[in-house]
Amino acid sequence: MSWDLKSDRPVYSQLIDQIGIRIFSGKYAPGSKLPSVRELAQEAAVNPNTMQKALSILEEDGLLYTNRTSGRFITEDTKMIQQAKQKLAQQQISEFLEKMKNLGFGKTEILSIITEMLEEAKK
Amino acid sequence: MSSILTCNNLSKHFGGKKALDNINLNIEGGRIIGLLGPNGSGKTTFIKLCNELLTPTSGELKIMENIPGVETKKVVSYLPEKNYLNDWMRVSEIIRMFQDFYRDFNAEKAYDMLKRLNISPAERLKTLSKGTKEKVQLILVMSREAKLYLLDEPIGGVDPAARDYILDTILGNYQETATIIISTHLISDIEKILDEIIFLKDGRVVLTKSVDEIRDQYGKSVDALFREVFKC
Repeated sequence: MSWDLKSDRPVYSQLIDQIGIRIFSGKYAPGSKLPSVRELAQEAAVNPNTMQKALSILEEDGLLYTNRTSGRFITEDTKMIQQAKQKLAQQQISEFLEKMKNLGFGKTEILSIITEMLEEAKK
Repeated sequence: MSSILTCNNLSKHFGGKKALDNINLNIEGGRIIGLLGPNGSGKTTFIKLCNELLTPTSGELKIMENIPGVETKKVVSYLPEKNYLNDWMRVSEIIRMFQDFYRDFNAEKAYDMLKRLNISPAERLKTLSKGTKEKVQLILVMSREAKLYLLDEPIGGVDPAARDYILDTILGNYQETATIIISTHLISDIEKILDEIIFLKDGRVVLTKSVDEIRDQYGKSVDALFREVFKC
C-alpha cells in the first residue's frame, strides 16, 4: 500500500486518513507496534514534523497510544476501531450523496442505481 | 525550540540594485524550510550572506548567535549552486579532504550513500556526468552532522527518480534539531517535505507560512500559490 498524497489538502490530514485506512483494513493490527516517526516519514516521503502532528492527532482520537518506553501502538480497543471505521464510511457516503444530488438524482434513483450495480457486481 | 538563524533589517545592495531589501527572519531548529522565489529574487544572495561569501550592506544576520565566520562554518553545511570541487580528484580523495576540513563529517555515511546510488569512490570527478556530480556534492553536504544545512538548488540537475532518492537522503540524514533551508523553484517536487516556506520577490520577503496553513487557507498547493503570486 503506497502513500498517495494530493497537493491541495494539508499533508497531515491526508496522513491521518491514510494511517486510519491502514488500521481499519488490518494492515496495522490492533495492539501492534507502529514504526517510528522517522521511519514512517521516510516511507511516506514527508517531513517528520508533519508525521508527528498526524500521529498526535490520531493519539488524541484514541486510535493510537504511546507507551513511554517502547513506542507507539495501535489501540487494542476493537470496538473503537469499528466506530472510527463506521464514521469514515458515513463521511465518505455523505460526500457521495452530495455529489449525486448535484447531478440531479433523487433518493430513490440513487438507491436503485446502487442496488443495480451491486447486483451486477455479484455476477 | 531555540532559534538557529536570525536576520534584522538585512539588506544587500549591488551598486544601485537592491538584491535583498530589509529582511527580517527568525528561523528555529528542527525545521525544513523552502526558500522560494523566481529568478533574481535574492535566494542565492541570502544563502551567500549566511556563508560569509558576501557581507551585508546594512543590518545583521546571525547564526546561533554568531555573525557568519569561522564559528558558524563549523555548524553550517552548505551546498553551493555550482560545482566547486576539483575535477581531477577521486571521490574518495574528496571524502578524505572533507574529513580533514570538518570535524562533524561522517565518512561512513558518505560511503554508504555512494553505494546506494551506485557511484564508485575510485572514480575521478571529471569522468562523472553533471547529475552524478551533483549527487556527490549533496552526499558530501548531508554526511556532515551540522546544525544548519543550506542547500542552493539541490535537485536542479538530477532526473526525477534520483530526485526522490535525494529527498529521501535529505529526510534520512539530518538530526531532528537541525534545520534545512532549501532554495529551489522546483516546488511541486519538494513541498511535501517542507514545514514552512519563505517567498522572496525582488529582494523582499512577501510571505512566510507553513505548508499546511497554505493548503488549509487557500485550498491549493504551494506550487499553485507560487504561480499565482509570481504570475508574469
